[in-house]
Order: sequence, then C-alpha cells, then structure tokens
Amino acid sequence: MTTTHKPALSRNQLIGLGLLLVGICVLPFFIANYRVFQLTLALAYAIAILGLNMLMGFNGQISLGHGAFYAIGAYTAAILMDKGGVPYWLTIPIAGVICLAAGFLFGLPALRLEGLYLSIATLALGIAMPQILKHKVFEHWTGGSQGLVIMKPDPPEWLKISQDQWLYFFVLAWTVLLFFIAWNLLRGRVGRAMVAIRDQPVAAQAMGVNTAMVKSMTFGVSAMYTGIAGALGAIVVQFVAPDSFGIFLSFTLFIGVVIGGLSSISGAIYGALFIQFIPNVADEISKAAPWAIYGVFLIAFMYVMPTGVAGFVRIVKARFLRGRVSQ
Amino acid sequence: MDLLIHQILSGLATGGIYASMALALVMIYQATHHVNFAQGEMAMFATYLAWTLLQSGLPYWGAFFLTVIVSFVAGVVIERVIIRPVEHAPVLSVVTVFIGLLVIFNSVAGWVFSYTIKPFPSPFPEKPLFGNVYMSSHELGSMGITLVLLLALFVFFRFTPLGLAMRAAAQNPVSSRLVGVRVGWMLALGWGLAAAIGGVAGMMIAPIVYLEPNMMGGVLLYAFAGALLGGIDSPGGAVVGGFIVGVLENVVGTYLGNELKFTIALILIVTVLVIRPSGLFGKVHVSRV
Repeated sequence: MTTTHKPALSRNQLIGLGLLLVGICVLPFFIANYRVFQLTLALAYAIAILGLNMLMGFNGQISLGHGAFYAIGAYTAAILMDKGGVPYWLTIPIAGVICLAAGFLFGLPALRLEGLYLSIATLALGIAMPQILKHKVFEHWTGGSQGLVIMKPDPPEWLKISQDQWLYFFVLAWTVLLFFIAWNLLRGRVGRAMVAIRDQPVAAQAMGVNTAMVKSMTFGVSAMYTGIAGALGAIVVQFVAPDSFGIFLSFTLFIGVVIGGLSSISGAIYGALFIQFIPNVADEISKAAPWAIYGVFLIAFMYVMPTGVAGFVRIVKARFLRGRVSQ
Repeated sequence: MDLLIHQILSGLATGGIYASMALALVMIYQATHHVNFAQGEMAMFATYLAWTLLQSGLPYWGAFFLTVIVSFVAGVVIERVIIRPVEHAPVLSVVTVFIGLLVIFNSVAGWVFSYTIKPFPSPFPEKPLFGNVYMSSHELGSMGITLVLLLALFVFFRFTPLGLAMRAAAQNPVSSRLVGVRVGWMLALGWGLAAAIGGVAGMMIAPIVYLEPNMMGGVLLYAFAGALLGGIDSPGGAVVGGFIVGVLENVVGTYLGNELKFTIALILIVTVLVIRPSGLFGKVHVSRV
C-alpha cells in the first residue's frame, strides 16, 4: 500500500516565498534608518500577533491581556542585559522559556474558563500588569516607574551595516524561524487538535484529544511567542517602562489579530503592518486619532470582512486563479 | 479601629458605585449573554457630557438628569445600530465589537476633551453631613444615590408591566415574542437603562478619581470582580458583590498599600472563576452534551 504525499507547498508557492524573502532582505538597504527601525518593530509585532492568533484563531480562547506576556518578555530581556550582563541574543530564548512557563501557569486556571470568562480574567491581567511592574518589591530589578535603558547591540565587526540594519536582520531571523515552527505546528497533529477543540470541544475529547493539556500548552506557546516578541521589541526600542505595557498594548495585539485575519499565519504580517503604520498616518490628525481609526476598523471588519485582510487576500487570489483556469 | 471603620464605610460608598456598574453589566449579560467591555468608557463619556453641561452654566441637578436621559438614548441607539447586527454572532466577534466601542469612546474623549485631568464637582456640601466623622458628605451622598437607584430598579423590574416584559424577554425570548413582547426593543431598553446607570456611576465616581479618559478602567475591573463574585446571572448578587469588592478594596488598600489595587482585583477575579465560577448567588451552569 502506498500513499502519495502531497507536498506542503506547491512549487509556485515556494518560489513566491523565496522571492518575498529576498525582497525583505534587500529592503533595508534602500530605505532610511528610521523606516528600518519601524519595520523591525513590525516584525516583532508580527511574532506577538502570531502567538495570540494561535490562541484566539486556532484554539478559540480569547485573551485581552497578552500585553502582559509581551511585558514579561521585554522585562526579562532588559533585566538580564542591564543587571546580569547577559548578551542580547541569549536573552531571547530565556524570555521565551520564562513566558512559556508563565503562560502555561496562567493557562491552567484558564482551562475552567470559557469564552467570556477567560476574556475578563485576561483583561484583568492586562490592566494589572503595569502596576505589578511598578511595585516596590521588584523595583530593584525593574527600575520602578522609571524603567530600564538598554544598550543598542552592535553588528559583528566583519559586517559593514548600521546598527538598525543589523537589528532588522536579527529580528527577521527570529521571525522566519518562529513562523516556520508555527506553520509546522499548526498543520500537524497538534494544530488539528487545537482547531478541533475550538470547533467541537466535546467531539475532540471523545476522539482522544487531551483537551486540558492542549489548551494550556497552547496558552503557554502563545505566551512564549508574545514574550519573545516582547524581548525583541525591548532590544529594538532600547527601553522598557511599565506604562508602555498598559492594557492598550493588549488591545493593539488583539486588533492586529482581528484585522490581519483570524486563524491565518500570514494574517499576522498584515496585522503587524496595520498596527505599526496606521498610527504614523493618523498621528498627524490627532494624538487620539489612531485609536479612533482602530476602533472603527475593528467594528467595520467584523461586519464586512470577519476573516480579516488574510481572508480578503485569499478571496481575491481564488478569484484570480479561477479566472486563469477557465481561459 | 477608627481607621478600619472609616475604611469600611468609605468602601461601602465606592462599593455602591461598583455595585451599580456591576448591575449594569449583569443586566446586559442576562438579556444577551454579552459582557459589555465598553460599559466603563460609555460611563466616562457620559461624565464628560455632564462636565460640558456644567461648564455651560447648567445647575448640577439639571446637568445630572439631562446626562442620564442622553445616556439612556445613546444606549438604545448603540444597541439598535451597532450591537444588533452581531447579536447572534460568535463570542469573539461580539468581544471584538465591544473592544472597538471601548477604544472609540476612549480616543474620542481624549480627542475632544484632551487627556488632562479635570476636577469634577460633587453635588454635596464640603463639610460632613449630620456631624459624622467617618464619612465625607460625598461618600454618604453617593451611597444614598446608588441605593435610591438600586431601589428604583428593583421596583421597576418587580412591579411594573414593562419591567416584567423586560425580564421575560431576557429569560425566554421565544415565548415572550409569542405573547406579544417586542423582544428586540426590550433589549434596547435594557441597554439604555445600563447606559443610564453607568452615567450615574460615572458622575458619582468622578469627584473621587477625577475626570480623564481612562478614569473608568479600574472601576470597570472592580465591577467585573463584583459581578463575578455575586454571580454574573444574578442582579442581587452583583449588587452584593459590588459592595463586598468596594470594602475589600479599601481595607486591603489601607493595609497593603494602594499600588496593588488592580492586582487585588485580578486575584479576586481569577480566584472566584477557579473556585466558584457561578459566584456566590449565581445558578450553576450545566450544559447538556
């Protein structure tokens, strides 16, 4: 008996992906350093959004407080570098492990909470986080409300590129790695179990899926992604302070997931670009305008495009390809 | 001991405000099984409206009642226009719409009224009422107002035909529709009432926390804690829960420091949800497989 394996990606898709990657790699040599910085941050957001999307889109657990895990990751990196003298590249995996543990632990009680209850509990976590970071017990490490300043890492000496460009490639490497892992995870056994739990929890359990384990692991992995993004973001911005990790950061990530496209991996990129670049445009109108625009987009998307930008792209592509076939 | 009594009493005063917010949440939850995350920001916006009216020279109570009426109408309109299309949508879509509303209200308030902190007047005299030393007159007055509000709501839901219709629509929409209750409008009325209650809560808490676009974040969190503690499907429970949370906040805040107020709410919410998700007075939810 032989089974034919369909390749995971068709040849055209592979070529497209390769071209995209080449384009992303040459881009920083053609734009201003400030734009490179913004793109780097967008990449970090993409990782965080992908993490949140695993939880919300694929597993159906709503989190309104993922900014808290972003903060934990960022602070882990900052404290390790500032107080421990750990090199910047080593702080990323450590932040990931710490957030994996934190997310798993928060995911355990979250098991009992469905839908709305979980969103309330995570909202509380998101609101409480800056306060915890400011608290005097941790002040010695976290620097209280002043926060911590991080040194910008230098590129290796044999490379003749600017610090911003080096950081861009550093974050890009992590992004590619984490997207690859997520892609593999989500189309495999685990990913199917996650989707099954989202769609039919009872049936999934009857089929032998360890619902509790998968749910809390998803929470853990999702927190890990967001934490790694936080650590990368902290190194890029070179500064952490409690008030930059308020509840509105959690909302930002939430918005990125919804606008980019639920249960879509590529959606994380669209979402990240949206939350990174819309404020740039809207800031010129008013300091409050980006959020008004976010809000309007959120509600409008729910009515007319619930699958987000990724879903829209899919529809357009399907139409385009179908048109070609019929010719 | 005096300090403790003082803290408990002023906890009851803020607890009344949490109780009314919690009640507003529960009203919407009972009718539609939605949790209105934008409740706090709607109340904040109503408070700004009251502030604007006061600035234009209206007397306090004129501004107060006008704000309540406008909030009521705004609540009805929001339900009809924005919430209705997603009434039966999945949980995530509904949460998304509420988060959208939340950030819109928050940013528009910041846009129009700026993010600077403004003082908000209290309708009650500076010096303590009835010569008591434990509570300021604002605390006593706001507690009185929330109690009157809760009593009025109780009477409305218990003894008027409209209140009965609204309860029926929430409990069994299909049968209610068969006997001629206009369920859709009952939901809209519930939203209006919730918005009006929120407006009152906002005006009562504003003299304490001052007026700014983010003033309701903490209040909403405590309202959630109160509603969950009492049981999110029990109006009476939500009120009791709100008072308990208010007292707890003040007492714990006094002895452990105020920097952890939100963290206490977080711990409370998670504890209640893990140990007793139905709350003190809520029905235990059983789902049929």
